[in-house]
Amino acid sequence: MSTSVAVIDYGMGNLHSVASALECAGAGEVVVTHDPKAIARADHVVFPGVGAIRDCMTEIRRLGCDRLLVDALADGNKPVLAICVGMQALLSHSEENGGVDTLGIIDGHVRFFGHEHRTTEGERLKVPHMGWNHVDQALDHPLWTGIPDHSRFYFVHSYWVDAADSALVAGTFDYGVTGAAALARDNLFAVQFHPEKSHDLGLRLLSNFLTWNGQC
Amino acid sequence: MALAKRIIPCLDVDCGRVVKGVNFVGIRDAGDPVEIARRYNEQGADEITFLDITASHEGRDTTVHTVEKIAREVFIPLTVGGGIRSVDDIRTMLNAGADKVSINTAAIHNPDLVAQASARFGAQCIVVAMDVKRVSDAQGGDADSPRYELFTHGGRNPTGIEAVSWAKRMATLGAGEILLTSMDRDGTKDGFELVITRAIADAVDIPIIASGGVGTLQHLADGVTKGGADAVLAASIFHFGEHTIPEAKAFMAAQGIEVRL
Repeated sequence: MSTSVAVIDYGMGNLHSVASALECAGAGEVVVTHDPKAIARADHVVFPGVGAIRDCMTEIRRLGCDRLLVDALADGNKPVLAICVGMQALLSHSEENGGVDTLGIIDGHVRFFGHEHRTTEGERLKVPHMGWNHVDQALDHPLWTGIPDHSRFYFVHSYWVDAADSALVAGTFDYGVTGAAALARDNLFAVQFHPEKSHDLGLRLLSNFLTWNGQC
Repeated sequence: MALAKRIIPCLDVDCGRVVKGVNFVGIRDAGDPVEIARRYNEQGADEITFLDITASHEGRDTTVHTVEKIAREVFIPLTVGGGIRSVDDIRTMLNAGADKVSINTAAIHNPDLVAQASARFGAQCIVVAMDVKRVSDAQGGDADSPRYELFTHGGRNPTGIEAVSWAKRMATLGAGEILLTSMDRDGTKDGFELVITRAIADAVDIPIIASGGVGTLQHLADGVTKGGADAVLAASIFHFGEHTIPEAKAFMAAQGIEVRL
């Protein structure tokens, strides 16, 4: 049975890459939408995100996408994948744009890497964190199936997720700080990197998501 | 340091066709950017950059369709540059499936475009391209501390703008990355202009892509180890099958550079 996917569209940028990658990974119907009926109908839901958090939160709330996401998460049989700013929007608060309250679905903060960001050894690090970095898997999870630990995924972000409950962290990256590369709770999986831009292993993660039943 | 240094093949595209030639063994249509992008994707390129050199308006529509086609089947980051003049141009390319847009001449004519675009679309998708040349002593440089300035129109038109201060200004305005091309080296196969690459890499917090002059794999490695670049861009050494992306990565890895293998 092919899986239908709703990609939640709150108008903040191009979602075709996500939709194309899901199709390539084996999805059946992929709809890019903020129509509550279409999202309720879909087997799986993707919550993407591009751009600045304040504008994203404004549009998420204006279009009611926050309620759609909460409804999807409450339906334990509906796997939900949040990507990049979509993941950051799940936390309680972001330092971006002078400080923005986010959805508070997962307890924790989204922090700026900082200017003059350095490794603990003092080596200078560029911001944004842009490029292919290692992801260390912190939990066994169906979405890591077939993906070797310490594989590289494509990141591009200036703010990082500092989750309050380390038990929810499914993977980490190191970039001067150890940040959450992935979070997992019940039927939710969230990634800071871009699986739709991470070549074969990104497609593998999306394919794992499509075959996931939402149970850990 | 775990972040991999990126290797980025660059394609020059005119009216939806790759120009300056690509010569892969086994490729059916060497002018088809979709097929070439697919090939570089298979080889493990870390990103792909398209430089649109189309002059006509109609031709630019073709480029948009090309970007759409590539974005549907190549799942690595795609940067599109050339002829980007406005926020609308940027939106068009991002909607077509580009992940980043590179702004060159328009940033010189209207630096505020960089700030507007960064605020609207996010710094992560705004690349500022700088075409620089080393200027003679009479214009204020000397052998020990040469001066580099921005040029437009393929290196023909001087702007008088000093390169390092420009890079800092662009970073402050919200550029997410700098694509630095030496017009003295472009096409020479003599290697990157390492002095200015290092000077800019040290001067700004954002990542730098070195471009212009790659003739050997050692040049790619030097761009990182001596130039301090976060990514290296090359065209002809990959296009004509002189070297593959995996060869370049293996060579760089052997010199202790972190790459995505």
